[in-house]
This record gives sequence, C-alpha cells and structure tokens, in this order.
Amino acid sequence: MQLSRDTLLKAYRQMSTIRHFEERVQEEFAKGGIPGFVHLYAGEEASAVGTCLHLSAEDHIASTHRGHGHSIAKGCDVERMMLEIFGKKEGLCAGKGGSMHIADLGQGMLGANGIVGGAPPLAVGAALAAKTLGNGSVAVAFTGDGGSSQGTTFEALNLAVVLQLPAIFIFENNEDGESTGWRYAVGSGDIAARVRGFGLPSVKIDGDDFFAVYEAAGEAVARARRGEGPSAIEVETVRFFGHHSGDPQRYRSREDVLKLREERDCIKKFRLRVTAAGLLERAELDAIDRENAALIERAVARARAAPPPEDAALLTDVYLAY
Amino acid sequence: MALKSIRQAINEALFQEMRRDPRVVVIGEDVAGGAATAGERDCAGGVFGTTKGLIAEFGEGRVIDTPITESAIMGAAAGAAVAGLRPVAELMFCDFLGVCFDQIFNQAAKFRYMFGGKAKTPLVIRTTIGAGRGSAAQHSQSLYHIFTSIPGLKCVVPSNAYDAKGLLISAIRDDDPVVFCEHKLMYDLQTEVPDEPYRIPFGEASVVREGDDVTIVALSRMVHYSLEAALALAREGIECEIIDPRTTSPLDEETILESLERTGRLLVVDEATPRCGLAVDIAALAADKAFAALKAPPKRVTAPFTPVPFAPSLEKLYIPSPERIAAAVREVVGYRR
Amino acid sequence: MSGPITALTMPKWGLVMSEGKIVSWKKRQGESFAAGEEILEIETTKITNVMEMPQAGHLRRILAAEGATLPVGALLAVIAPENASDTEIDAFVAGFAAPEAAAESASVAAPAPQMVEVGGRRLSYLELGEGEGTPLLFLHGFGADLNSWMFVQPALAVARRTIALDLPGHGGSAKELGKGDAAEMAEAALGALEALGVAHVHLAGHSLGGGVAAFLACRRPEKVKSLSLLASAGLGPEINAAFTEGFIRASRRREAQEALSLLVHDPALLSRRMVEDVLRYKRLDGVERALEQVAEAWFGGGRQRLDLRDEIAALNLPVQVIWGREDRIIPLAHAEALQGKLPVHILEGAGHLPHMERAEATAGLLEAFASV
Repeated sequence: MQLSRDTLLKAYRQMSTIRHFEERVQEEFAKGGIPGFVHLYAGEEASAVGTCLHLSAEDHIASTHRGHGHSIAKGCDVERMMLEIFGKKEGLCAGKGGSMHIADLGQGMLGANGIVGGAPPLAVGAALAAKTLGNGSVAVAFTGDGGSSQGTTFEALNLAVVLQLPAIFIFENNEDGESTGWRYAVGSGDIAARVRGFGLPSVKIDGDDFFAVYEAAGEAVARARRGEGPSAIEVETVRFFGHHSGDPQRYRSREDVLKLREERDCIKKFRLRVTAAGLLERAELDAIDRENAALIERAVARARAAPPPEDAALLTDVYLAY
Repeated sequence: MALKSIRQAINEALFQEMRRDPRVVVIGEDVAGGAATAGERDCAGGVFGTTKGLIAEFGEGRVIDTPITESAIMGAAAGAAVAGLRPVAELMFCDFLGVCFDQIFNQAAKFRYMFGGKAKTPLVIRTTIGAGRGSAAQHSQSLYHIFTSIPGLKCVVPSNAYDAKGLLISAIRDDDPVVFCEHKLMYDLQTEVPDEPYRIPFGEASVVREGDDVTIVALSRMVHYSLEAALALAREGIECEIIDPRTTSPLDEETILESLERTGRLLVVDEATPRCGLAVDIAALAADKAFAALKAPPKRVTAPFTPVPFAPSLEKLYIPSPERIAAAVREVVGYRR
Repeated sequence: MSGPITALTMPKWGLVMSEGKIVSWKKRQGESFAAGEEILEIETTKITNVMEMPQAGHLRRILAAEGATLPVGALLAVIAPENASDTEIDAFVAGFAAPEAAAESASVAAPAPQMVEVGGRRLSYLELGEGEGTPLLFLHGFGADLNSWMFVQPALAVARRTIALDLPGHGGSAKELGKGDAAEMAEAALGALEALGVAHVHLAGHSLGGGVAAFLACRRPEKVKSLSLLASAGLGPEINAAFTEGFIRASRRREAQEALSLLVHDPALLSRRMVEDVLRYKRLDGVERALEQVAEAWFGGGRQRLDLRDEIAALNLPVQVIWGREDRIIPLAHAEALQGKLPVHILEGAGHLPHMERAEATAGLLEAFASV
C-alpha cells in the first residue's frame, strides 16, 4: 500500500503524540496531581492511528478505559485532554469525566468508557444512526481481549450483522486483561475466529505493524462505507505499562517488559521502515518528537496551573432541562 | 372528542412524531414482528400492539425489529441518540432491565454529566410495568423507582390515555433520556384524547380529585384504585384529594406539599415493593418539608416485600386494593396523638 | 298556606354541565328573598356562579349541604310560603322525582360542536336552538373558545338559532393562521355564516371577539341586525399585556392560574377544571404559535392595533356595550367613553368575563337586544 508523505508524517506525528502523552502522564501520575487512576496506551499506538486515519469528524468511535490514544487519534485537543486528566475546569469534559470518560462529540469521539464491553453497543448505535440518516459515515468500536468476552460485545456484533450496519469492531488484544492472560480468558484461543462466527469478515493482524493496521482498517472502513456491513479486526498488540498506572505487574517480569520495548515497539518499527525505504528523513521525525515533547510540556504546565471546576459545577449538566 | 385507549394513544403519538421528525425511530423486539418468517410482517406490532402499523408507513429502516438482545437495543439506542437519531427503544418488560442496565444507567444516563455537558441523548425507553396478569416474578414488577433514583434519567408513569399521549410526545421531543412506564393492565383504558399532537410538561402533577381531608399520592393503576376508594370514602364523609405525579423524575413536589398544607394527612399508594421506593420518597418529602402541617404520620400502601407471586389468589393479595387503600385512609383520618 | 310549594334544583348551565358543587348558601333556611337576589353559589366546570332567584319567595328548607356535589336536577331546597306545614314539605320532598335518569339522558342528548369548512379552513361551531328570530352569532375572546358562552347560549337559544364559533386558531378550529388579524377572523366568521345559510345575524362578541364582531359590522353592516360588545377590543388602545403575554407563556398550572385570575373579579371563582381546559388547549401543537400571531396582530407592542370607535358610533344599527366594573384586561374607561353615544351597561361583581361572572344579567341584556 502506497501512503502519501503527508499521511506518513501525520501517522508518525499522532503516534508520537500519544507516546509522549502517555509517558508523561505516567511520570506525572507518579509525582501526584492526577486524581484517581489512568490506563495507559503506550505500545498500542499503531492500532488507534492506523484506524482513525481513515475516519473524519463525521465518523464515530467508541473507546475503552484505555482511551487516551483513541482520543488523540480521533482529533481530541491534547491540551484539553491533559486538563481533563488533571480534573480541571477547562478540561475536555469540564473536569467531570476524567481519564476514563474523555469524549468530544464534535470530533465523533463518543467517549472512553469505564465499562469493559460498554462501547460496542454504542458504536452499533452510531452506525445505526449513520445508516438511517444515510450520511455515509461509519462507526468504530474499540475494545480489547477482555471486552471480547463480554455479552454486550456479542450482542453488538450480532445486531450489527443482523441490521448490516456500517460498523467496525477493533479488538486490541494486548495480551492481559488486568492480570489475567488472554490465553486463559478467551476460551477458544482465537478472538478473530470467534468473531467470525457471528457472520462478519474478521481478520487477525500484527498490531506492531502500522501498515498492516492501516490496510486492514482501510478495507473494513471502505466496506462499511459501501454499505456492505460490519467487519472486525483483531489487533495483536502490547501495552508497555501495567493495567493502570502504578500496577505492580507481578504477572510479568521487568525483563519481559523491557524486552517488549525493544522488540515490539510499533513506533520504532515505523521509523525503521520509513527511513530505510527513504520515505521520511530521520531528522524530520526527530523534529516531530521535539515538537510533541514541547506540546506535552505546555499541556502539563497548563494543566497543573489551571483552576479546578467551580463548586457549582457539581450540580450542572445532569440534564439539559429538568 | 374521541375516546381512545392508552394503547391507541401511544400508537397515535408514535405515528405523529415519526411523521413530524424523520430522526425518530422505533427499535426493539417484535416492534413489528414476523421478520424472516413464512407468516405475516407486523403480526405483533409490539407484544401489546402499541407499535402496530408503523412499519407499513415508515419501513424497516425506522421500525427496527431486533433479536432478543436488550443490551444491544439499549446501547444502540443510546449510541444512535448521541449520533443524531431520536430513538424510541422498547424494553418489553421492565423486568428485563436486569440484562441491559449498564447501557441505561452507566452509559445513556451519564453521558451528559461525564462529558461535561456536551452530550445530548434524546432517547426514550418505553417499557411495561405491573402485576395482575399471572405473569409471575420476572414479568410483573413495577421498577420505576430504580429509574427514578438515577440522576440523568427522567421517568414517566402515566395513568390514562390523555396523559400517555401528551407525555410520550414530550418524551420524544425531550433531549434527555426518558424511561416511559406503561402498565400492562391499563392498555384498554379509555379517555378523551385530542387527535392533534400535544405535549404535557414533565414535573407537573395532575390533581385527579379534590378533597380536604387526606392527600393520596398514587401512580399508574393505583390512581384508579385510589379513586375507587375515594368514592366509597366520600359516602362516609371523607373527602380525598388524589394527586397523580405523572412523572416520578422530575417530581412535582410543590403540588403534593400544597395539598398537604391543606389536608395535613398523607397516604402514598404504590404498586412497587415498599423499600427504597416512591412511597418512601414521598413520605420523606412530607416529613422533611411539610412536618408542621402533618396531623398524622404519613402512611404507605404498597406491594409486600416479596417477588410477585404466580397463583392468582396470591397475586390478588400482592396488589394494593381499593379496600386496603380505603382502610389506610380511615386509619390516617382517624389518627389521634 | 298561600302560594305553591316549588323545588329549587341544581341548574344546568351550558351544555356540558352534568353536576355542580354547592359552594355556599347566601340565604339561610327560613329567610325570604327578593326577585333577582342571589341565593347560592354553585361551582361548575368553569367558574363558580351565583344563582339568582327570578321571583321573590321564602327559603323554607335547605336539602343540599355546602360542599356537596350533586347532579343537574337534584333537589337543593324547597321554596314555600312560611305557613306551609312541615308535613306538607316532607310530602313534597318525598314526592320529588329522583333526577339521575333525567340528568343522564340530558347529557347524552347534549349537542356537540360541529365542523364547517370555510376556504379550506376547518372551523368548529356549536349550534343551538331554532325559532322565528334572526340568528345570533357568538364570538369569543383571545385564547378562549365557544364554551365560554355556555352560561348564556342556552338562554338565547330558546327563541332563535344561535351559533357559537371557534375563531381561527382557537378551540376546535384549525390552528394555522394567516396574520390572525380582525380581517381574517371576520372573513372566517362570514364564511361560516354563509356556509350555514345565515343571511342576517345578531352579533355578540367578547373581547377580541368583540373586535371581530365590530369589524364585521363595520365592513358588512347589511348583514348585521345588532351588535353587542362585551368587554370588547377595538374601543381604545389600552390592554393588559401582562395577561396576553402570561397567557401565551403559561404551560403549567400555576402560570395558567395566574394569568386566568386576571380575567375575573374574584380568582376564587376559577375552577381547577377551567384552568385544566385552558392548558389542554394550549398544549396542542400549533396553538402557541397561533396565539403569538394573534397577539402580535391585535396587541403588538402592548397596545391594541384595532380602533373602530368612530366607525362604530357611525353605524346605522343598534349597538350596545356591556362591561364588568372590575375588568382588569381592557379598562372600563373604554366603555365609559362611549356613554351618551351608545347604551353602555356596566355590571357590578364582574371582571373581564361578564357573560360568565354575571351570566343571567348578560343573557338578559343580549336577549333584550336580539328580540328587537
């Protein structure tokens, strides 16, 4: 697949933004200042970016508790995301959602989601709206190896097939559901094959390979836009951090984690491939990294200094009118 | 003005709103029925016939028969609502809440708040409540108190056809998620209903009967049982004021409190179970905000703290009766410190 | 014993009344009353009305307690000479026929509003009565409907055909309007008369309906036998905008009650049912917009746009003006300014609704005019 220089640059910029964002959130979380807990996406960037590059603001995605990457890939404002994670008034959700509920409906981002398996039915709904309104848009449900075993996910898959909706299900198999290995939790041992049983095209791809994700997602999105119904993709990926920031990760060794960073870094692999092929210069990629570092620095500084929501916000926005 | 049943009133409201706004869709199990069968399409029109005929006018694209898949129905309706439709999703029996609650209370109800006021979720969930059909423990409950307790949901419990049509149209035009609870035994109950579309505002109770001796707050079928009791009590010289809140969220506290200021006596009649329900809620309201006016302790007539039984003789005991209501009124009126 | 023993029964005011509630007796048992004196207050579905006695008599025995709700025709009291014996009264009460059956058959037979199509517009009207006399057309006020004539139409219908019309945008008539101004309304009224085969007509109009009636009379005087204007629009610029605006905005009971209470001299007279009926009308799709259009066309900027004072005074037909002393919607001064030019009747104990608050007196004035 031939990607334009612009697309490649955009892909790298977004993956790099996510990586910088997550590494920094991990750091800031350890320092204190971020309330609650955060689930970090570092290591899985190719999945979000490879998928969302095919989408516009009119298309919808529904995400997971590990939603920062999807949010950035779908066009959410990075500074306002950081403000939200710090629980500040100017946050993307006015400080009332936090890391697990980052949403931007204007960008077609239906929200990160605190409920594993919560998102697929919602994405099916967005796809239903697209089909009913006939506006040519599509909807993507991101879920994981954990969410792949939820009843809601099964129901969503079936309904999408029954109604032939323009929906795409991305199963980000990052190997562990909290501290339980996917080989234990997915009884059949094959998410993509199990999904295929619902009657939709379903492929398994290497999530470390941005180009593989980009190609598979492109096919699925095009199929949906042509009115040919839903598709599913199992993305084999890894998370560099624990289930949540601060997870002691006793289910895997330090060495293994370090090895992941060596061997399974989708961004590193992307760099190697595009520079080796002479598509992009190392210097321009480094420049993007520096810009992202600066962007995140600004975002954190602003988020730390920003005021919390006013007390009155406690009671607002439960309803439009009551 | 024509007499129409609650079933007709609901059907008419759906027809009129679907004609008015192409974004309104109906989604649920057997809302038409007969899909991919050798038989008749639209053979069901909803198990209680409330969505009958819609598919012929609006087609499969807007009258959406689903598999038996409540989580997907509710989730899809919620997702479609934030993405630009105005779905009316059917939860055949409110008891089935058990298999889709997450999509209603963790998703639809919370979008607006947890997204910082950006989401608009114009979703209506139509569901049925009520015992009395021998349907036993999993098809007979009145669970509106659960919906009422959740911030972000509105809850409507109509008691007659006029209210049902006006409140359903209000629900469909409302930009917040609304749960609309229809009593299974009242679908054939008729009242005068205008042919034109009209809206009844939420949070405005209906004063069904005026009286100065005792305030009865009742919902759904219990409004009619209370009226029956009030008629008998009037012959004894006890005049009951009957208030039908019509919506439990928002709740019209003002009308209840105004009435209590006058009568000083409260009876709440609720077909739901007694703990953590509307009866407790309204009794607490009286204790909290009308204490000085009270001449007797607030009293409640509810179902017992049991599942709904199957045997007709037990089910009859389960449902509050006009006789129990009248007896409770006599007790409240006869109370002496 | 001198004079007969007669029954005082629950009256039937209007067509839909099937029962009434005794609010209070204004005379005690054993007291005498003069002709025209008020004897008791009865609450109906609209407002609480007083019952006036047509001739003098003696309230011998009261049978209906205050607070009781009784069907039309039920025995409320016995009117008899002071010297009638208790035995005679007992016998009269015992012999009084139970009214249930009568009330029921009356409500079944009650005529219902009908529809007439005028220029593609559906208009609702209630026709009542027949007879030699020239027909009478009733035109209601802003936001009201043909039922507002319920207390006077039956009386007027004894001697002639009467038609109470729902104006465009009101009651059961179509809610779509053009401008909603006097010309449009008068045209609709004329069209209705034509469709119903009425060539000449007595006109009685209340408030905005008075403006319509006056406009019609000024433009087509050859059609009009007489004109009775009750608390009428079109006689001066002032109008209480708090009412029109409050009425349009009201979507809840309290708001409606507040607006409607401006209509009557004593807000306690308004029944909950009347408030509910207004809300039921106001909730219909299209009504709010229709009312806004009408209000803009008639009272835009808080002043009446229609001024027919000079034209009415120049009319070559009988015109009378009827006003409530305590009108809070259109000032009494509009009526007073016409004194000397036209017969002006100012009714005590009435606000903006003389035909409801002082129904019998108003009916008498209308009857006197329509009989000429």
